[in-house]
Amino acid sequence: MTPDPQLRSVGVAGTIPAIEVDGLVKEFKGFRAVDGISFRVQPGEVFGFLGPNGAGKTTTVRMLCTLTRPSAGSARVIGHDTVREHFAVRRSVGIIFQDPSLDDRLTAEENLRFHAMIYKVPRREVRDRIGQALSWMQLEDRARDLVRNFSGGMKRRLEIARGLLHAPRVLFLDEPTLGLDPQTRSRIWQRLLALRQEQEVTLFLTTHYMDEAENCDRIAIIDHGRIAALDTPRNLKAQVRGDRVRLSTADDAAALVEVRSRFSVEPVRDTDGLVLEVADGAGFVPKVVRELSVPVRSVSVHPPTLDDVFLKLTGHEIRDSGASEHERLRTRVRRMGRAGR
Amino acid sequence: MRFIDFACIHMIWRRDIIRYFRERSQVYGSISRPVLWLFIFGMGLRGYGRVGDVNYTQFIFPGIIAMTSIFTSIQSAISIIWDREFGFLKEILVAPVPRTSIVIGKGLAGTTLSLIQGAIILLLAPLVHVRLPLANIVPLVLVMALLSFALTGIGIVIAARMTSFQGFGTIMNFLIMPMWFMSGALFPVERLPWWLSTLVRVNPLTYGVDLIRRLVLGFGYYPALLDIGFLAGFCCLTTALAVFFFNRGEY
Repeated sequence: MTPDPQLRSVGVAGTIPAIEVDGLVKEFKGFRAVDGISFRVQPGEVFGFLGPNGAGKTTTVRMLCTLTRPSAGSARVIGHDTVREHFAVRRSVGIIFQDPSLDDRLTAEENLRFHAMIYKVPRREVRDRIGQALSWMQLEDRARDLVRNFSGGMKRRLEIARGLLHAPRVLFLDEPTLGLDPQTRSRIWQRLLALRQEQEVTLFLTTHYMDEAENCDRIAIIDHGRIAALDTPRNLKAQVRGDRVRLSTADDAAALVEVRSRFSVEPVRDTDGLVLEVADGAGFVPKVVRELSVPVRSVSVHPPTLDDVFLKLTGHEIRDSGASEHERLRTRVRRMGRAGR
Repeated sequence: MRFIDFACIHMIWRRDIIRYFRERSQVYGSISRPVLWLFIFGMGLRGYGRVGDVNYTQFIFPGIIAMTSIFTSIQSAISIIWDREFGFLKEILVAPVPRTSIVIGKGLAGTTLSLIQGAIILLLAPLVHVRLPLANIVPLVLVMALLSFALTGIGIVIAARMTSFQGFGTIMNFLIMPMWFMSGALFPVERLPWWLSTLVRVNPLTYGVDLIRRLVLGFGYYPALLDIGFLAGFCCLTTALAVFFFNRGEY
């Protein structure tokens, strides 16, 4: 019997990184969507790409799962080169796209069965695996319903079930909970975290939700196609020293000057007031209320979050580039794709 | 083999068949068009002359069968644009399957659906007093299949080049309808002005219609071997183009 290549690579899973990226670049007509990124993801890790819309997250995922050719650099998934061995890569990954990719004129079960067919799931196992995948994502009672009658959260869960059907080694999730309500989001996350407990699968996800990124073992913060930082959420937060104090006063401009001279911290001013970074937030509050000559309207203290890390590293909030830039990039990329054809 | 993946072909084919039977309105719609042409248009012109031994309704009957093949196969292939629009295409394209097999699956699905529709039209034959020799049924199915597969290829090329449905009407009006009109489906291809005669002769559909007419009514304008040769060549060409363009596109 010839050794099954699948089994052979499982045997050395500990030594081969799940994902290995070296100097990856994607250019669209002079515009660099991804600008030379390198990183490694270990097997079994939950790895997150955190960044605003249009930062290059989706383009990276598309390159990793062989849908787009890199302009430069290389990427390997389970040791397979994404360009030269794209079939091997495709066999070993599951993908949950940002936009829906189900056939909504088919039932949930049919969607899964067709997936099993093209991924060569052994015929005897198909029925069991579909049952498992559906119950895993708590959809077993909707197996025979048309997908068009599903809610957004159910469709997402079905896509995750489908992505897992062929037992991939790496599961890519591009903005897995985008546009879903908080309840559905936490439910999906609960399933994903249970998944990594029970199955040996590496999760690679992109997100611009900070709370979602907190679930990752490691996070790469990506902005304008470059990795600004890569570490565990805890270490990243440790980069922001102390607490953030938000201060609202009767005259913010005057307060800014006063805070700067009296407490030797550099406040950031926004529409809501001032934001200061201080070592001991709780102790700072009575002092600032007592010593400022401008009347203080409100003070609040926050422990550092990934939002603060992002702001500190990139100089802007994750959301201020917002949907408009995202849309612009997408239409731009689409138009380019069309023109190039 | 590297390009042939039977599981993939089977999946693509089966999905289209399931969707076809699930969408009843589409079934009725695609039958109503040929019925309108045959009974309203055909009956309307019936009193104005005969073509050889047959009346006008009988004369256009083979053309209506060809029309059913044309529209069904093109429509079936064009569904790729819907799949792109609604995202399902990504699911197929990212799977470890050769794109050539996707094209073949689509081609077979278009052919199957077109044969089903064509068979329904054939059932109308007694109503227009066309008596189809039983021995011709199998060759007729083969010809219709060849024609449909070729036309699905055209549909795939269109779908691979077009990124939205906006261009669909244009394609229909400037490619599909003219091809059908200039195929001799609605009028005899003799005694035409030279320019129309030329267009008819370069139109591959002409030979398909001619072959169907020969099998259904017992007469044709070109030698059968010429028809078969043209049709087979046309089928190879469109399949090659479909594979080429579908493989090339980045989605």
